[in-house]
Amino acid sequence: MCLSIPAKIKSIDGDMAVVSVGGVEYNASLQLIDDPCVGDYVLLHTGFALQKISEEDAMETLKIFKEFEELNVQMDEEEKQEGKRKI
Amino acid sequence: MKYIDEYRDKEIVKRIVANIKKISKKEIFLMEVCGGHTMAIHKFGIPSLLPKNIKLLSGPGCPVCVSSRKFIDQSISYSRLPDVIITTYGDLIRVPGSTSSLNKEKAKGADIRIVYSVLDALTMAQNNQDKKVVFLGIGFETTAPSSAVAIFNANKLNLKNFSLFSSHKVMPPAMKALINEGVKIDGYIAPGHVSTITGSAIYKDIAEKYHAACVVAGFEPVDLLQSIYMLVKQIETNDYKVEIEYKRVVKPEGNLKALKMLDEIFYLRDDWWRGLGILPKSGLGIREEYARFDAEKVFNVEVEETREDKGCICGEILKGLKTPKDCKLFGKACTPGDPVGACMVSNEGSCYAFYRYKS
Ligand code: SF4
Repeated sequence: MCLSIPAKIKSIDGDMAVVSVGGVEYNASLQLIDDPCVGDYVLLHTGFALQKISEEDAMETLKIFKEFEELNVQMDEEEKQEGKRKI
Repeated sequence: MKYIDEYRDKEIVKRIVANIKKISKKEIFLMEVCGGHTMAIHKFGIPSLLPKNIKLLSGPGCPVCVSSRKFIDQSISYSRLPDVIITTYGDLIRVPGSTSSLNKEKAKGADIRIVYSVLDALTMAQNNQDKKVVFLGIGFETTAPSSAVAIFNANKLNLKNFSLFSSHKVMPPAMKALINEGVKIDGYIAPGHVSTITGSAIYKDIAEKYHAACVVAGFEPVDLLQSIYMLVKQIETNDYKVEIEYKRVVKPEGNLKALKMLDEIFYLRDDWWRGLGILPKSGLGIREEYARFDAEKVFNVEVEETREDKGCICGEILKGLKTPKDCKLFGKACTPGDPVGACMVSNEGSCYAFYRYKS
């Protein structure tokens, strides 16, 4: 029941929208979010859009994995030089 | 679907697992407190990917599981009143009450209907003016705003035949109660969808005063593993704080519009949790101004004395002290087809997840 899924806004009519989840369409209330637009991705939960999904942040999170890897490489270097690891 | 494939990428998963193995030394216990996480962790087999020193525990994150048997019994009493239609999300109707269940009452002729959204219940009320429609409101901060909107709209429409029976709860008191009770938890995989509404500041105390690492996590394998990596890092460096991994959805301030809606309709009251008992200010009651939409105020019913099942250890499981495999009834007297306790009914329940994914 807590399940929430990403859905794309297809059309808006007042407080309600038609959203699509992998091709299947549902009605969703927009009463809990600000400034919804057609084309936005939203988190859908029990017939309500709970939040817009940020494309920028999705990409950012994926990018962070690379940074962690770099951090690990850097730690390996430090380990070689100091003979011990911080973590 | 947007951002599903990327977050299930096998290569990325492998790399994060390697990173976790590299930095993880201490024996640690991480708890997830969201039913959606319980389900995802078992579905994707996350425990089998982790080094042995990292133990995952399931907490009180399944709304159906933590709710009291009295809530079911009282709902059954409402369903026996004349001209009442009970509306609810699917899981609830199979949960055993003291002597019956909503499902059994339905078979006997009670008008009990499963809805996908509380708004469907509202429409039902508009279309059946001669009936009284009661919605059984269950769930945490994720689901409560939709119930709040329903009351808000019912008030605007001046509906006279819609009411909510609220078992809505808020998560942070339970997270603190577990640590207070002495359950060993080094870090929380903090609930992603609860935090969508509340923001991340609600866990500040837990990190700073209770010294438990907190990372708000998403629901894909990459999200979960990345969050575990971030938790391990906090714990290994003794640097306890609240971080958000699930940034594409969760903002630090949460959803202000939804929070305002919650505050408009509900107030915090003491509430009972399976396994934890009564926790102060952990439940959402309906404000006096909206009493005419509060089933507890609208109807006066007798509720039978609560009877708990002997042998069901749901309460211990919800605290992370036991696993479903410790239950003698698991898979024998208790299966999803014929559940003894709520944890086997809901697909967010630990017993169900263990059974389904044979963890
Ligand atoms: S297996 Fe069934 S009886 Fe045992 S704890 Fe889980 S729900 Fe209760």
